[in-house]
Order: sequence, then structure tokens, then C-alpha cells
Amino acid sequence: MLYDFTFGGIYDDAFSKTIHIHFWKSVQRVYGGFFAAAAVGIPLGLLIGRIKLVREFIDPTLQILRPVPVTAWLPLSMIFFGLGPNAAIFLVFLGAFFPIVLNTTFGVRSVDYRLFEAASMLGCNGSSLFRQVVLPAATPSIFNGLRLGHGFAWILIVVGEMTGVPEGLGAVIMDGRTLSRTDLVISGMIVIGVAGFLSDRIIVAINNRLLAWSPQHHA
Amino acid sequence: MHDGGLHRSARPTLAVKGLSKRFTIGAQTVEALRDVNLTVNKGEFVCLIGASGCGKSTLLRIIAGFETATAGAVEMYGTPIVAPGPDRGMVFQDFALFPWLTVRQNVAFGPKQRGLPQANLDEVAARYTDMVGLTRFADYYPSQLSGGMKQRVAIARVLANDCEVLLMDEPFGALDALTREKLQQELLDIWERTKVTVIFVTHSVEEAVVLSDRVVVMTAGPGRIEHDARIALPRPRDVSAIDFNQVRRDITQRLTSHVGLKSITAAA
Repeated sequence: MLYDFTFGGIYDDAFSKTIHIHFWKSVQRVYGGFFAAAAVGIPLGLLIGRIKLVREFIDPTLQILRPVPVTAWLPLSMIFFGLGPNAAIFLVFLGAFFPIVLNTTFGVRSVDYRLFEAASMLGCNGSSLFRQVVLPAATPSIFNGLRLGHGFAWILIVVGEMTGVPEGLGAVIMDGRTLSRTDLVISGMIVIGVAGFLSDRIIVAINNRLLAWSPQHHA
Repeated sequence: MHDGGLHRSARPTLAVKGLSKRFTIGAQTVEALRDVNLTVNKGEFVCLIGASGCGKSTLLRIIAGFETATAGAVEMYGTPIVAPGPDRGMVFQDFALFPWLTVRQNVAFGPKQRGLPQANLDEVAARYTDMVGLTRFADYYPSQLSGGMKQRVAIARVLANDCEVLLMDEPFGALDALTREKLQQELLDIWERTKVTVIFVTHSVEEAVVLSDRVVVMTAGPGRIEHDARIALPRPRDVSAIDFNQVRRDITQRLTSHVGLKSITAAA
């Protein structure tokens, strides 16, 4: 039961009063993978969107990798990173990476060409054009990607923690399954749901603050 | 400040010389402009008018530097135009404001590119926001403004950048009739105060005659200048006056006689 998982005092077994440990481990992995995906995905998306050469070289590679389910990477990631948290982080990274990079590219590609004309006639060129026009114009799409990627990050944490880590919400669910402890499985599901919801709210709050200029992009 | 016009009046601000433009769309080549010659003097208000596809917008975009000519050149004070620049400010039909900037920041965008300090930017933005009557809305975003207000911001944005030639591409085409009339009047006020040179593209004969010193009638297929009429009517102009309507009828005839001819050719 969720109560025992949180406060203990009912079963007093290995899972009682351990929610904070599992929760914290999962949060670290989710955010580790997610921030890594954002740190790689946003700049890469900007480059793909802005530079034709990069687009022609990298985009086909990405499109080949993209349909491969993240679960299919599970065996390889265990070979790359061994049993442990790094494999989980890698899977979270993969899941979050594609929506972020694709949406960033889309955002950069769909900047209204009139805004470029307006900027150039006002004397804005080169790197300041990128900073003052491309980046703000692409922000709604970038945040769309971050939100989608963040959702995938929480989904994949369960798969990621199947790779044989002792702690984490995914590990609790896997243990619950092995031990036929349905209550543990459901507790894990509820915690993931709530945690995913709350951290999505954080992203939405940042989004609404940065995009105060565009009510249509508020969530 | 504007007495420079006297010295420069001998030399046109803007000279379009033997301009031709061909577009290639797939295997087809479209001749948008053929051998267009036009000079615009400092402080003049010139309207380009013509049916759709006569190349008037293309001509404006070449003057702005957004497109390059196939042959010929556009010169500003004798220097050929090769790229967009702050001396020529374009006002688009669909505004093209930066949606993430407030009215004040949009107006200050040009001066900011020149690296003016913040205090000057605030001062310039306040002055030009006031000129178009939007002081109360200075901290609004474009999405919170009406079409007429957005176009005022667009005008203030290029004026704040000290443009010498205001290029307007059907700027009031997307506005309702009442707003359009009001903005025409405001534009004339601003023009008289700043003595900026204006090249204004429209397909409304009335708008052209209300506003301009000169109406340049263009014809399509390929686009060229058919007629260049000086409008001597005193301002403010009354659209219901007899002499106004004579001028309007004359220009409408020049415009439609050619359209009629074209449709006959197309039928044959």
C-alpha cells in the first residue's frame, strides 16, 4: 500500500518507508537523462535548422535511429554502460532526445521569413539575428519538444530501471511484479504519475513565463 | 533639420534605372518587370498602383533590397542598392512585428542594432511611440493590439530607425475601411512632420489619389510603368469633391483600359 510505502508501520518489510529513496533516485535519473537530452538536442536542433550542410548530413542518420524503439536499445545500453544507473540514464536520454531535437529543428525552420526581412532592413544580421530573432521565434517549439521529451523521460524510467538497479520507482515496480506484490506495483505507478505531473507543471510554468507574449502557446 | 532637401532636390533620392526582373518557376520564366525607370525626389509621396501581378510589389522589394534585379539597378543618392538597409524602411501588409517584443521594444529594435545606449533607446522609443499615438500601449505585445495599432507600430519602428525612404507594401490592405481612412490621415500627418520620402504600393485608386504627390500606374505582363501622374490637388483632399473624382476617374481609366485589353488578349 502507498501508505506503508511512504510512512511504514504496516508491513515493515524491505519496501516500507522507502518511497523517498526510490523517488529521489528516479528523479535524479529522469532529470539527468532529460537535461542531457536538452543539452545535446537543442543545440543540435538549432544547427540542423539553420545550417543546410548539417541538416543534410545529420538528419538522415537521426531519421534512421528514430523509429528504433528505446526498449530495443536496452541490451546494447547494458553492454555500453554495464548494469547500473548509467544505462537507465542513457535510455531516458534517448527517449527525450528525439522529440527535443525534432521540435527545435521545426521551430527554427518555421520562422516567418518576413521576420528575417524585417530584421535585416532594421540592421540586424549574423549572430545577433540568431539571438534576437531565430531563438525567440523558435522558443514555443523548443518548449513543445521539452514537454514531450520530459514525458518520455518519465515513461522510460521504468524501462531504464529494469536494467538491474536496486533502487528507483521502476525497480520497485519490477520487484513488485516478481514478488506478486500488486500493491507495490500500483504504488509505484501512482508515484510516477504524480511526479510526472508535477514536474510537467514546472516546465509549463517556465514556458508561460518565457512566452508571456503569446497566449496561444500557454498550456 | 529638413532643409537638406533643398540641396538634394537636384539629385533624386532614389533612381530606378532600366530595371528588369525575371523569375524562374520550374521550367517557366515569368517576366515580372521590364525596363522600369523611375526617379523619386526627397520628401515626395509616390504611389505605385496597378492590377495584381503588375510587379509593383516586386519593384518595392527590389528597392528594399530583399530581391535582386535581373538587369538594371536601383540607386540611392547615386549608390547602387545591393542589400536591405536601415535607410529604407519597409512596412508590410501583414505587419511583420516581432511578437515576443513589446511595442516599445519593437520600436527600439532598429536603434538597438546600432548599439545605442539604453537611455537613448528609451527616449527614441517613447518619441516614436508617441508619434503614432500608442504611448498608452507601449508595454503591450503585438498579439494584444488591433490591426491598425500593429501597423502604427510598424511605421514607428522604421521611422525610429531614421529611414529616409518609407516603403509601404499595401500597408492598409488588411484593415477595415474606417481604420484605413484614419491611418491614411495619420500617415499624411507624419509625412508632413518628418518629410520622409514615401513609396506606397496600393491597388486602391482612391487611396493613391488621397495620399500622393505622384501616382505611378503600372501594367502587367510584363510589369512596366504606364503612366506617371502628378496630383496637384490641395491637401487635405476631399474624396467627394468634383476635381478629386476627375483625377480618380482619369487614373482608373488608365488602369482599367489596360486590364480590359489584357482580358481580350487572354480570350483570343
